[in-house]
Amino acid sequence: MATIRIAAPDTASAGEVIELKALIQHPMETGYRSGPDGKRIERDIIEKFEVTYDGETVFEADLQPGIAANPIFTFYTRATASGPIVFKWTDQDGESWSETHDLTVE
Amino acid sequence: MKTPSRHTALARRSFLQLGAAGIAAAALPLQAAADAADADAAIREIFGDKPLNEGRVSVKLPPIAENGNSVAITVAAESLMSPDDYVRRIAIFSPRNPIAEVALFKLGPRAGKAEISTRIRMAGTQRIRAVAEMSDGTLWHGSASTVVTLAACLIG
Repeated sequence: MATIRIAAPDTASAGEVIELKALIQHPMETGYRSGPDGKRIERDIIEKFEVTYDGETVFEADLQPGIAANPIFTFYTRATASGPIVFKWTDQDGESWSETHDLTVE
Repeated sequence: MKTPSRHTALARRSFLQLGAAGIAAAALPLQAAADAADADAAIREIFGDKPLNEGRVSVKLPPIAENGNSVAITVAAESLMSPDDYVRRIAIFSPRNPIAEVALFKLGPRAGKAEISTRIRMAGTQRIRAVAEMSDGTLWHGSASTVVTLAACLIG
């Protein structure tokens, strides 16, 4: 189970642009490194990060090995209605992790 | 104990830099490092053949990064982010990493602000490029360079 950290406001006023910050613990192994035995370490990366809010995808990222280990993203969205913001990561083998943050819009 | 004079300290530093450059030069041929042409090709593959306009996109990077494994980057595009004038996509490209494309972000009018921060790997000193595609289909380009003293891919 990967450790996930989300930083987002709990409440916002309607129309306000809020900052969302999401981090997941993951090696983002590039496939270009060699281990102590001299063998190439297999590529193991998260390929997709998707954020849905108020029934719509509000942010999407396609990741390459050029993204550092433990990928962190800071981005913005406009607060529209109270509801869950769902952060979802999917790796190259289709395994996924997600975390939900509840936002109350006043 | 005697503190090294300024001259020898400088000499040591340049020696260390030479050493790091030597390691980088020795290790690079093992990998297919991208070059400027690859970054251009990656941009064309994602965004098509439309002209790249300079401006409206800013890339923030530290001037010097000690460790290329994790370099903080912020990419921002100037846009009203209104329902009919917004940023559709933003992508980051490296002319020197093994793969030119670093990440592709899809935004929409609901983002409110077209700004993304993350951490990237840098296989050496280079000028990182970012391209934003607006809702009217135009492409905008910005870049920033960082001097990397210890490149990613070579070490842990």
